[in-house]
Amino acid sequence: MEKMINLTIDGISVSVPEGFTVLEAARAANINIPTLCYLKDVQQIGACRICLVEIEKARGLSAACVMPVSEGMVVHTNTEKLRKQRRINLELLLASHNRECTSCVRSGNCELQALCREYGVKEYPYDGARKETITDELSPSIVRDNSKCINCRRCVAACYNVQEIGAIGVSKRGFKTQIGPIFGRSLIATSCVNCGQCIIACPVGALHEKENIDDVWAAISDPNKYVVVQPAPAVRASIGEEFGLPMGVAQTGKLAAALRRLGFDKVFDTNFGADLTIMEEGTELVERLKDKNAVLPMITSCSPGWVSYCEKFYPEFIPNLSSCKSPHEMAGAMAKTYYAEKMGIDPKSMVVVSVMPCTAKKYEAKRPELSNNGMQDVDYVITVRELARMIRQAGIDFTRLPNESFDSLMGESAGAADIFGVTGGVMEAALRTVYEIMTGKTLENVNFEDVRGTKGVKEATIDLNGTKINVAVAHGTANAKKVLESVKSGEKTYHFIEVMCCPGGCVTGGGQPIVPSKELQYIDIKKIRAKALYSEDASKTVRKSHENPEIKAIYNEYLGKPGGHKAHELLHTTYSAKEKYFI
Amino acid sequence: MALTTEQIAKKTEELKAFIEEHKNMPGPLMPIMQYAQESFGYLSLETQLIISDMLGIPVTEVYGVATFYAQFSLQPKGDNIISVCQGTACYVKGGAAVLAEVEKELGITSNQTTQDGKFTIQDTRCLGCCGLAPVMTINEDVYGKLTPSKVKDILAKY
Repeated sequence: MEKMINLTIDGISVSVPEGFTVLEAARAANINIPTLCYLKDVQQIGACRICLVEIEKARGLSAACVMPVSEGMVVHTNTEKLRKQRRINLELLLASHNRECTSCVRSGNCELQALCREYGVKEYPYDGARKETITDELSPSIVRDNSKCINCRRCVAACYNVQEIGAIGVSKRGFKTQIGPIFGRSLIATSCVNCGQCIIACPVGALHEKENIDDVWAAISDPNKYVVVQPAPAVRASIGEEFGLPMGVAQTGKLAAALRRLGFDKVFDTNFGADLTIMEEGTELVERLKDKNAVLPMITSCSPGWVSYCEKFYPEFIPNLSSCKSPHEMAGAMAKTYYAEKMGIDPKSMVVVSVMPCTAKKYEAKRPELSNNGMQDVDYVITVRELARMIRQAGIDFTRLPNESFDSLMGESAGAADIFGVTGGVMEAALRTVYEIMTGKTLENVNFEDVRGTKGVKEATIDLNGTKINVAVAHGTANAKKVLESVKSGEKTYHFIEVMCCPGGCVTGGGQPIVPSKELQYIDIKKIRAKALYSEDASKTVRKSHENPEIKAIYNEYLGKPGGHKAHELLHTTYSAKEKYFI
Repeated sequence: MALTTEQIAKKTEELKAFIEEHKNMPGPLMPIMQYAQESFGYLSLETQLIISDMLGIPVTEVYGVATFYAQFSLQPKGDNIISVCQGTACYVKGGAAVLAEVEKELGITSNQTTQDGKFTIQDTRCLGCCGLAPVMTINEDVYGKLTPSKVKDILAKY
């Protein structure tokens, strides 16, 4: 049994396991201690001095996030001295902070702003020298504005501790301390894979997505453009949060309604692209399994952050990557060919906008490989946060919208598509179809529980009519690294691997609504948002991609067979090794 | 002394051997960086990438350490290192004017290296020979009781 430690916090007796910090003990007793640099499971370094507490008989004030509990400890979290000290520390942070709150992308959702309000900061008594700052806007995905940076290092921890990439770090010292890539470089000239986990870790406005809102408005307002929109599976799982609706509830109907009211000409669904991906990827897997000379394990290629990671860190695995384009790229390619031809629309006048839970998708959309006839498959990618901003700009009351459907031809989807947004979901969706192709039998229980959940690496063995295949699922690049290393060393033999770049999958992607660190102490948003997608899946009568009627139609009328010539031309792509740091 | 391509290749091989030998010791980063600094005279991006690759740590960590400690340099240093003391005694005896003269003569400011790679001026506080104030050192040579007018002739010796 764990040893329990008894202490008193604000006069309340608390008993917690040994090794707990004062912050964790306080949380267990529902006592809130303010934090800023602390981010549960990502970073606890006691740097910002906001979580200060008074401990009787201890010298000075202690940072609760790193102070371990001890027997008989008497802690005070709310004294005149602490309130004053926290306020002074906030004022010191503000001294070199760019305080343009009204035009800041994080206004209203800024942890520094919230703390200043809570602690009654009324003036800027330490307004002194400002350090030299850089704004890096060269990345198609991520903007870094160091004038807002408070050196809390949460982004560095997300990039290094969680993702094990380390594209950004801490350099210099004291007043000159800088957070960012080496030698003052832009993110584009580093090992960055555009995942945006740094953005959702940032408490302030120092990191945000490269906005494409104005591009999208311009396209919508242009009478000569036919503007088509498609939201990713994970968007429906989180968009409600932006408007105060409960977390973990999919808002698919309101999402479709909101997109229609924004003025898009057609509201399609990336879910349709996900079903199409399963047809192509499933077929590719079956072919690879049948071919003795094929490269195995096959690895999914839906996650552009993961694809970048593979190209930069593990180029030897490029032949293992599925040649399939990602779902929204497939949907974009079909909008500009299949749909355009069918409706008699000039594809050159068409603008495809994707709403993604992802910042890497912005980079992906610009990849020259992902085009056809000189047109990019997808023209603009906006994040869930940007979509919410557009909805607000349009004066739409999201919460009062009716539930509507996506537009036909590319708007229907199987339950398999919904779960693309969560770790293990692409694997499960693929297995539902691959099982039926390989065995010719109906899959009765479509739920593959072994590949669900938030465990870093999940494994399963699936019996496909006598052919047993080993599969693995990894989320977050650190887990991807583990799986790849185990394959490289020969320790593991897999046939099929799913990798999603972000921990938890797209539900916690870098383009998702930002949840304050205070909330994250209590809840696991990976699990909650995943629940929304699994409920969507379960609520549908069609659960398998190959049973989606619109998918059947597109193959009958246009593509021919999965993996066929036309499908290859429009729905598949190539990859190439890339330098982490070109010199 | 700018390194030739051959010298760089040789030193790079030596660095790799040094890293190989030391990478499993506890806390290998600092001694490896010190070795590289000593050998190359500075830590280039290439050098930092080698260290990062061989130790399996991101280059941002190497760069973080390189920019934290004054002992590491990111640019090649000149053949001659000039330190003009700006400690209290030298300062009150006119050290600032001497430094200004050196900077004017060489056309660079403190912590920079001349285009031809001949001189680097290094930020310096007390050199510990206040009796000679104002004082400057060039490499191991000490020049005391300076006035700005003496600077030109001294630099000409190098």
